[in-house]
Amino acid sequence: MYSFDYVKPSSLQDALDAISGGGQPLGGGQTLIPTLKQRLAMPEALVDLTGIAELKGVSMSGDKLSVGGATRHADVAASAEVKAKIPALAALAGQIGDPQVRNRGTIGGSIANNDPAACYPSAVLALGATVRTDKREIAADDYFQGLFTTALEEGEVVVGVDFPVPEKAAYQKFVQPASRFALTGVFVAKFAGGVRVAVTGASQDGVFRWSEAEAALSSNFSADAVPAAPVADGMIGDIHGTPEYRAHLVQVMTKRAVAAAG
Amino acid sequence: MPKDTGIGAAVPRTEDRRFTTGKGRYTDDFTVVGLHHAVFVRSPHAHARVTGIDKSAAEAAPGVVAVYDGKQLVGDGVGNLICGWAVSSKDGTPMKMGAWSALATDTVRYVGDAVAVVIAETKAQARDAAEMVEVEYEELPVVVDATDALKPGAPQIHPEAEGNLIYDWEIGDAAATDGAIANAAKVVEIELVNNRLAPNAMEPRAAMAVYDAGTDHLTLHTTSQNPHVARLVLSAFYQIAPEHKLRVIAPDVGGGFGSKIYIYPEEIVCLWAARKAGVPVKWTADRTEAFITDAHGRDHVSKAQLAFDSNNRITGLKVNTVANLGAYMSLFSSCVPTYLYATLLSGQYVIPNIYCDVKAVYTNTVPVDAYRGAGRPEACYLIERLMEKAAKELGVDPGELRRQNFITQFPYQTPVIMTYDIGDFSQTLDAARAAADVAGFAQRKAASEAKGRKRGLGYSCYIEACGIAPSAAVGSLGAGVGLWESAEVRVNPVGSIEVLTGSHSHGQGHETTFAQVVSDRFDLPMDNIKIVHGDTDSVQFGMGTYGSRSGAVGMSAIVKALDKVEAKVKKIAAHVLEASEADIVIEGGAVKVQGTDKQMAWHEVGLAAYTAHNLPEGMEPGLKEGAFYDPTNFTFPAGCYICEVEVDPDTGVVTVENFTAADDFGQVINPLIVEGQVHGGIAQGIGQAMLEHAVYDESGQPLSGSYMDYTMPRADDLPSFKVSTHETFCPGNPLGIKGCGEAGAIGSPPALVNAVLDALSGMGVKHLDMPLTPRRVWEAINAAN
Amino acid sequence: MPKVSMTVNGKAVSGEVEGRTLLVEFLRESLRLTGTHVGCDTSQCGACVVHVNGESVKSCTTFAAACEGAEVTTIEGMANADGSLGTIQQAFQDNHGLQCGFCTPGMVMSAADLLKQNPDPSEAEIREWLEGNLCRCTGYHNIVRSIKAAAAANA
Repeated sequence: MYSFDYVKPSSLQDALDAISGGGQPLGGGQTLIPTLKQRLAMPEALVDLTGIAELKGVSMSGDKLSVGGATRHADVAASAEVKAKIPALAALAGQIGDPQVRNRGTIGGSIANNDPAACYPSAVLALGATVRTDKREIAADDYFQGLFTTALEEGEVVVGVDFPVPEKAAYQKFVQPASRFALTGVFVAKFAGGVRVAVTGASQDGVFRWSEAEAALSSNFSADAVPAAPVADGMIGDIHGTPEYRAHLVQVMTKRAVAAAG
Repeated sequence: MPKDTGIGAAVPRTEDRRFTTGKGRYTDDFTVVGLHHAVFVRSPHAHARVTGIDKSAAEAAPGVVAVYDGKQLVGDGVGNLICGWAVSSKDGTPMKMGAWSALATDTVRYVGDAVAVVIAETKAQARDAAEMVEVEYEELPVVVDATDALKPGAPQIHPEAEGNLIYDWEIGDAAATDGAIANAAKVVEIELVNNRLAPNAMEPRAAMAVYDAGTDHLTLHTTSQNPHVARLVLSAFYQIAPEHKLRVIAPDVGGGFGSKIYIYPEEIVCLWAARKAGVPVKWTADRTEAFITDAHGRDHVSKAQLAFDSNNRITGLKVNTVANLGAYMSLFSSCVPTYLYATLLSGQYVIPNIYCDVKAVYTNTVPVDAYRGAGRPEACYLIERLMEKAAKELGVDPGELRRQNFITQFPYQTPVIMTYDIGDFSQTLDAARAAADVAGFAQRKAASEAKGRKRGLGYSCYIEACGIAPSAAVGSLGAGVGLWESAEVRVNPVGSIEVLTGSHSHGQGHETTFAQVVSDRFDLPMDNIKIVHGDTDSVQFGMGTYGSRSGAVGMSAIVKALDKVEAKVKKIAAHVLEASEADIVIEGGAVKVQGTDKQMAWHEVGLAAYTAHNLPEGMEPGLKEGAFYDPTNFTFPAGCYICEVEVDPDTGVVTVENFTAADDFGQVINPLIVEGQVHGGIAQGIGQAMLEHAVYDESGQPLSGSYMDYTMPRADDLPSFKVSTHETFCPGNPLGIKGCGEAGAIGSPPALVNAVLDALSGMGVKHLDMPLTPRRVWEAINAAN
Repeated sequence: MPKVSMTVNGKAVSGEVEGRTLLVEFLRESLRLTGTHVGCDTSQCGACVVHVNGESVKSCTTFAAACEGAEVTTIEGMANADGSLGTIQQAFQDNHGLQCGFCTPGMVMSAADLLKQNPDPSEAEIREWLEGNLCRCTGYHNIVRSIKAAAAANA
């Protein structure tokens, strides 16, 4: 790692002040720290957000389930509130990384990084969540903008994510065998107004909505209704899966998610 | 006898107290006052000429005491790295070994080849400065695949080896084998790849070198399986220091699997730099560095034909293998695809005619050398894939086809050097079939089908050669060293015993099993016995731990020394107790005159030896005996493994449902430890068969250079295993031991691959190469449809 | 350099650290608690697992400075007060749950967190929990057995 300063403020305002002074926000660090070890990033200062009480925890705000930006995966996975309202979200959080990663990693860190193989972006997108930052609210459809790219501006901090509660939902993750990230993960959410399907791990453009499946499932929410696999063009190809394999898995995992949602 | 701690007892390991409390001491745990840290500047290119190195910025960086390059190393007379086993081509020409300097001087030949080293006060400073070393490279064409490297016009990697061919070696009778194939009723053919693996001992390699200018003496702490061999090679070939001025300590070592046999550039450079810079130097690899510097394993491409007569008896086996040895010849690389491989091609079967041709090849990849099993897994995989394929093509039961061809008369001389001393292959086949409930397989298969899954069952009947090895025999085959082992047994004046052994323990539990042998012999509690290993200042010499040799060779040396101690104890006791030596027995912590109540406590004999007040006429004082044991033959562990899998045809995911091992290791000293060795070996074998693959792209960049892309077996990838042992005692060594360290890794890959192919046989899939990742399995299903 | 203070194995400690100093570096190099190991640089092997405020974390992926005021427990703090092995440590010895010992500290610390949350885990639950702990020697068979035995001993 290159040298940098580290601060751990206890209020959002202090954090924002430190960030505006040139600091980079730090969540649980489970992705950023390995990146720093490889010397792929050279921050001047890191501003640890995990000491800020107002960014942590789960609550209902109106009809939405609100998860603080510095809430850890383990806390989302174990939350009675999440399990009651959106069990698929709790299940997804419980499949990220391993127990030790879940004890440090945060939802804000995950979606700010927007790794194309991360789990959370699929839930945020499929559930049509709203990303709350220190400056504004961003709809999920506007938030994810490609590999490691989001609508966040320099220094903008994810304060929380507000999830609409679906009628039913499920996440199916096909793991990349080495990293245990998603080789392909599909989150399916059924609302009164229709079905949303978001896919992570598969596309070169990061998480995306599979509109053909959404249309088909909105009229018939059954595994049999899932359309043929999407085209392989634009899917990721690497030693773990060709674009064709990933496209195929999108279909298989979508079917399994629909079946699991019941 | 104290059967609770004697031979055959399941004694919990004595070393575990320190390991479970965080008190193990591994190389990186050591430090000294004034310690400095080394970081290597490594080539980012797979093949390039080094046209310039500018060290000035790095030298001026904070904390840096020195930046050294290859020209300085060579200028100081440090010798090139060597391969210690001379293998000749079939035309008699010696192998073509290219020069390998610990720091490259003019050419780099793989990604990770070291070019310079930075010595600084802290590791962070050394790393910062290493980035400031400016190396100018002129890139050269690259070849990573061994078959491609042999093609005309392939990039030339070493001037010494034209066409990248190191040797073209053969064994067996080509004409007779061709004849058998020509006259066969059935010939089964196969082409397969034995995938390249990264060894991945959990402790990364490390070295700490300290130079004492006052005595002109160097001390090296290092992650070694064989510290004495390291000292010998560092002294005799690399001119680091004469042996009496170099102490090598291999403290607790966190796994090796072969990868810590070799003496790598980093140890050489740390020793040289510690003296040159005048500061103690430590280097510890990170995992990324381990992937690009630890010797890899396997990487064979083979074609083979297996001939049968009309009664399904094997009449001949012909094999052509191309072995990738990487960019340089590592210490024992030459013997792995030859004497450790082709000599095992007879498997458990009567095969009257065998011929094998092996071409060893340079490529722009990490050097390849022995990795758990070393040559024997490649042989086993080839013959056991052929046998399963033959059973399918002949339409017979794969277990019975094997049984029909089993060797049943011993000793048995194969056509490929080895003389099998003893075995009972039907016994392990029957035991494995019973434990695996082969009879109930059809029912389980039907249950899988009902939920849309494919179920398969695969066999592997392996044999391997361990207990390496008779020194004269390996010498005649080109080995540069003898492969005996040494031991010294010291009985102290208070009766406690120290056993000094050349067999290094890096997970095998020698501190327990070796002590059991002593406890068994003298009926003494384990607490009284200490096993000393891993330090060239304590133990005079030893050849180290690899090739499942510590039991068969290392313990045999201890037994020889114990024989001498016992003889002297009896002489002393007979003299003191005024009895005949023949009447003396050692039991219950005492040395007794049989049939009388006359006895001496064990410690009284020790005291008598050292006080020397009343010893037999002419006897030297003291009670300490040494022995060198040179084996008379290899040993031949064998067994049968049965793997049962379920395949999800929608995704290609393979799940290991059951894995059964029935092994014959000869005498078992400690069943807990033997079973543990089998479990670990099977996990590595399953890892090779379905998870692990060290992959390069065409430009020589590693694509699986971290745990993000190299799939290590995890707990949830594996089932619990059903293991059992079924002994035939090895006639060649005093305890009847065959060895158990590698069997799991040798026997398991073909069992798994055979099981998956069995599962998919109804879907038209006829061949798969390891690793059977979901992607590969799905693609094969897709292609077959 | 900034100073960090924490409690390690019940003892108050403090030391100077850089922003980039990892918890594992602080433990191993400043406190010389070398039982916690580093086996990878991508946060996967788990040889470095310790407890921070009672939860298992990877000390190679946690900054030392982030642990200001925290209660840290390492493998060196797992034995009983009289020096005898703790239940999990004893179970690992009794069931041959280790060979080279390098992954063992992380395995024991990870297992301790599991048994706190789930005192009677099934084999499948143990295997799933160990996703973040690599072992190259045992094939996990006897590690799973050790954790089962520790759970039984606690019951």
